[in-house]
Amino acid sequence: MDFARSHVLVCSGTGCASSNSEKIITEFEQQLKKYEIEKEIKVIRTGCFGLCALGPIIVVYPEGAFYSEVKVEDIKDIVEEHLLKGRIVKRLLYQETIADEDTIKSLNEVDFYKKQLRVALRNCGVINPENIEEYIAFDGYKALGNVLTEMTPEQVIDIIKKSGLRGRGGGGFPSGLKWEFTAKAKGDQKYVACNADEGDPGAFMDRSVLEGDPHSVIEAMAIAGYAVGANQGYIYIRAEYPIAVKRLELAIKEAKEYGLLGDHIFGTDFCFDLEIRLGAGAFVCGEETALMTSIEGYRGEPRPRPPFPAVKGLWAKPTLLNNVETYANIPVIILKGAEWFAGIGTEKSKGTKVFALGGKIENTGLVEIPMGTTLREIVEEIGGGIPNGKKFKAAQTGGPSGGCIPAELIDTPIDYDSLMEIGSMMGSGGLIVMDEDTCMVDIAKFFLEFTVDESCGKCSPCRIGTKRMLEILEKITNGNGTMKDIENLETLCNNVKAAALCGLGQTAPNPILSTLRYFKDEYIAHVQEKKCPAGVCKSLLAYTIDAGLCKGCGICAKQCPVDAISGERKKPYIIDTDSCVKCGICMEKCPFKAIFKNY
Amino acid sequence: MKSLAELEAIRKKAQEKVDLRTERQEGIRIVVGMATCGIAAGARPVLNAFMEEAAKRNLKDVTIAQTGCIGVCRLEPVVEVYVPGEEKVTYVSMTPEKAVQIINEHIVNGNACIQYTIGAADK
Repeated sequence: MDFARSHVLVCSGTGCASSNSEKIITEFEQQLKKYEIEKEIKVIRTGCFGLCALGPIIVVYPEGAFYSEVKVEDIKDIVEEHLLKGRIVKRLLYQETIADEDTIKSLNEVDFYKKQLRVALRNCGVINPENIEEYIAFDGYKALGNVLTEMTPEQVIDIIKKSGLRGRGGGGFPSGLKWEFTAKAKGDQKYVACNADEGDPGAFMDRSVLEGDPHSVIEAMAIAGYAVGANQGYIYIRAEYPIAVKRLELAIKEAKEYGLLGDHIFGTDFCFDLEIRLGAGAFVCGEETALMTSIEGYRGEPRPRPPFPAVKGLWAKPTLLNNVETYANIPVIILKGAEWFAGIGTEKSKGTKVFALGGKIENTGLVEIPMGTTLREIVEEIGGGIPNGKKFKAAQTGGPSGGCIPAELIDTPIDYDSLMEIGSMMGSGGLIVMDEDTCMVDIAKFFLEFTVDESCGKCSPCRIGTKRMLEILEKITNGNGTMKDIENLETLCNNVKAAALCGLGQTAPNPILSTLRYFKDEYIAHVQEKKCPAGVCKSLLAYTIDAGLCKGCGICAKQCPVDAISGERKKPYIIDTDSCVKCGICMEKCPFKAIFKNY
Repeated sequence: MKSLAELEAIRKKAQEKVDLRTERQEGIRIVVGMATCGIAAGARPVLNAFMEEAAKRNLKDVTIAQTGCIGVCRLEPVVEVYVPGEEKVTYVSMTPEKAVQIINEHIVNGNACIQYTIGAADK
């Protein structure tokens, strides 16, 4: 029986899958069988709902009951109470959705979703990504059909240009122009490629789109193929995304079976095929020229531009390269029109942007907001604020290529140009929130460690420059820095920025430059006062026992992993600062709160 | 895929299966009492009959749901039908045959089957 009275949607994105959503699905199936209602109730795997902090997430329709943090043991209750007897299990509901007396608020009224607008994520958490028919049910492949049967390639490019869509991978280059350049480039063979090599620490937007709605990317690439005159596409995705790879493979297979990829699509002369290329996880392969080198089968290293991919890309043929999220927007733009899309957002940044919200924030997860939403709205309303009543200090966007937005600029609207202006960048969509306990020098050091690790080594400014910058940062955080070091650091940053070969190297100094711009006093405190104001840099802090408060119980000495605490029972204990590794266990364990961190 | 019409046919068929997930409908609700008393009196075949008939007639905007004990256990299986803007109708001593009839008469044609209601049973 196809007609089910209830649909149980279980998130099977990476976030929820890692908190047991697969086991939950098995448990549901068993419980439904036990009560012999497995034919009336459909259990469906779906993509990310965004509220990853509260995973695993289950939504039951038609009621729209939004269950969060569900455990395998809870499934019995949901089946017995909700699905069998029709009584929603209130204790498992996402608390925000409970309105007065037994009614459930619509998700659009909940703080987390109220200010969001899901365009790229429109199908995530709605459809089963492993079933092409569900995508088709929500108008999937209609845009491709319209484009192939009713429009010329020029008309398609015109719509994308008019929509104002800009690349979502970080640079923000107008997508329509890129399409036009590729279409006009001369070549007997052209390619379309998708950059799914999402490498920023903490970013998982593209992964979620591919896991929750792979067909939207496939459809968009076919549309792009038609617009620029390519018959072959490649999706470059990192092998660390096994669920996304699996769903993508399945989706391509299904699309081929339905004749939506292959020869003579929609009975026209247009033929288009798609292949996946797995990346081994090098950050530099997210850079477009390195990515294409890697697709060709060589070691992923960048080359100078121009020539741009639109002129000389894969195998020296004109290639259109867009990022996952950019593609995910295309089918909706075709269906709803350029004006609709251009009506969302700000003057120069149209549409929406997906952010992976992480760090010191209540609602860790995936959010999609109209361009121009302020950082304050994201942090305080959608994100639910900072945990433990701490104060907001800064937000980091753009990962290792981006910069920090300090608290005083929290009302900055999030769009390409406003972020550039304040020395950060949109980036691919990582948004890390930091509270007062975060040391900005340490953050800069963290990102530099990452770039030093990931630098491919082809050009010296990046290979040597980032290493020297990291060494200076280490010197400062160890308390050995001088004012001259800060000065040198800044010069070095500007030189690397000006001289590095590719985007990775050119933007690698950004985390330092932006923290120097807004938090120079913290650098100076490390150098002059040998203090870390946030109490993070271990070399600059010391744990001490207050002799007056210490009762001499000896718990700290027992817990200390390096035996740095000594003393006699019933007399104040002492920490040997030379052997102390500053792990903080003693402070945590002291029943009398007699141990203090001094910084 | 040969044409837009072919895609549209697939879309229509597929959409029926996911209809439940599109915005909360303000349509008709058929609620079957499925507490122990209801199940013992044969509520499950009744529920199945409702669902099969609704599927057969391709009814949109009709939600079929279960609920707990409605209270008149002696008259189980009990089914309540909520039509927006109208008073709730409570059917008692239900059978699969009655369910089919209720779909046809009440849900499709808009005429409640008075003879099966709780009011008729109490007379």
